[in-house]
Amino acid sequence: MSPSPPAGPIRVLIAKPGLDGHDRGAKVVARALRDAGMEVIYAGLRQTPEEIVESALEEDVNLIGLSILSGAHMALFPRVLALLKQKRASRIRVFAGGIIPDEDARRLKRMGIRAIFGPGSSLEEIVATARKLAGPSHS
Amino acid sequence: MSRRPVPPLPPVARRVLRGDRQALAQLITQVENRDPAALPSVRALYPHSGHATVVGVTGPLGVGKSSLLNLLLAHLRVQGKRVGIVAVDPSSPFSGGSILGDRIRLERPPGDDGVFIRSMAARGHSGGVALATRETVRLLDAFGMDVILVETVGSGQADVEIREVASTSVVVVVPHLGDEIQSLKAGLFEIADVFCVNKSDLPGADSAARYLTEMTQLVPEKGAWRPVVVLTSTTIPSGVSDLWDAVLRHEAFLDANGSRRVRARRQLTDEILGLVRERVDARLTSVLAQEPDLQALLDRVVAREIDPYSAADRLLAEVRREP
Repeated sequence: MSPSPPAGPIRVLIAKPGLDGHDRGAKVVARALRDAGMEVIYAGLRQTPEEIVESALEEDVNLIGLSILSGAHMALFPRVLALLKQKRASRIRVFAGGIIPDEDARRLKRMGIRAIFGPGSSLEEIVATARKLAGPSHS
Repeated sequence: MSRRPVPPLPPVARRVLRGDRQALAQLITQVENRDPAALPSVRALYPHSGHATVVGVTGPLGVGKSSLLNLLLAHLRVQGKRVGIVAVDPSSPFSGGSILGDRIRLERPPGDDGVFIRSMAARGHSGGVALATRETVRLLDAFGMDVILVETVGSGQADVEIREVASTSVVVVVPHLGDEIQSLKAGLFEIADVFCVNKSDLPGADSAARYLTEMTQLVPEKGAWRPVVVLTSTTIPSGVSDLWDAVLRHEAFLDANGSRRVRARRQLTDEILGLVRERVDARLTSVLAQEPDLQALLDRVVAREIDPYSAADRLLAEVRREP
């Protein structure tokens, strides 16, 4: 047995909690992560935090990427984090993107959202951050 | 829960048998990554499998396989069946990455633990399924799922490997596939146990069904299974119970004439040979990595001192040697 297990591709769940009407940004990010060699499980629009965590656990992802435009992030993101904790799955790291005011972003980061990307973030930056969050066992 | 006395189970296997969904999910990941750490549990769970009905759903891109799976899932859950789903999507040949989007179409009540859905990238494996699909199906089986639905990549004719995984293969087509249906003759047509003409609300569905029915009547041998043709629609949900009845008819046929055993033997032969090939391949890779004279050997082939066959013989001798 090798000391560190053979690492497969990074698995990421991309989901949009809440009632957003479109998912263009989430799709662009999903595509960039795919092009970086990751396996992206695309859950799409109108996901409840419960559905998101259930999918993340079944898919055994390393990361969850949440995208939100509606302004409900302060209600929905902490719920995702709480459910992960409740399921003893805080190993799964959460990052986010969308329209999130700086003040909220600071609070969300304190709660445990690892990174937040607003409009204008570069895809390279998002990919690099996702890689870093997934940990050293993934190349 | 265990059906007969068995040696102590590895902890992960025990957790899977107790219904621990995270243990199952993580074991599937290890199997996908070909992590040897998965082997004790995979082996220990083998005797606990063999109870599920495994249905493959295949067909060209865009015929509605995922939507159909969603209707089947609802149909089976109403009957109280526990359902596992393995949805395979392609991996990019360039980046190795993948977008797995089948979950979008699969709906279920929140917290329903009678369902387990897993998306799977093909990771370069051809034939419409991933290398790990068969083991994943078996793990879901041991986990206690009554029915396991496997959705293939959807590359059309090439998705024939599902017959090595499923007990019943459903080939999904839509009206006006035209040449696509013609080409089915050589590929998917041979593996279909059930034909499903989906999007039957569109014009041309009846003639497609008629054409397929005519084709199925060309089945040569007496006593062989004649594929059933059903019409379904997912926009105006219809035909799903016909589809499931057709699957059950085929399953009953497998039991009635003993062909379930024949099919299982063929599938296991395929699997065991695959495992041997995988190991020989791994051994070859390690021999190549360690072979100090490989460059010298190549030089001699380039210089035409020895031929490629002799070089292959030498490498084969190395592979045969105990590591």
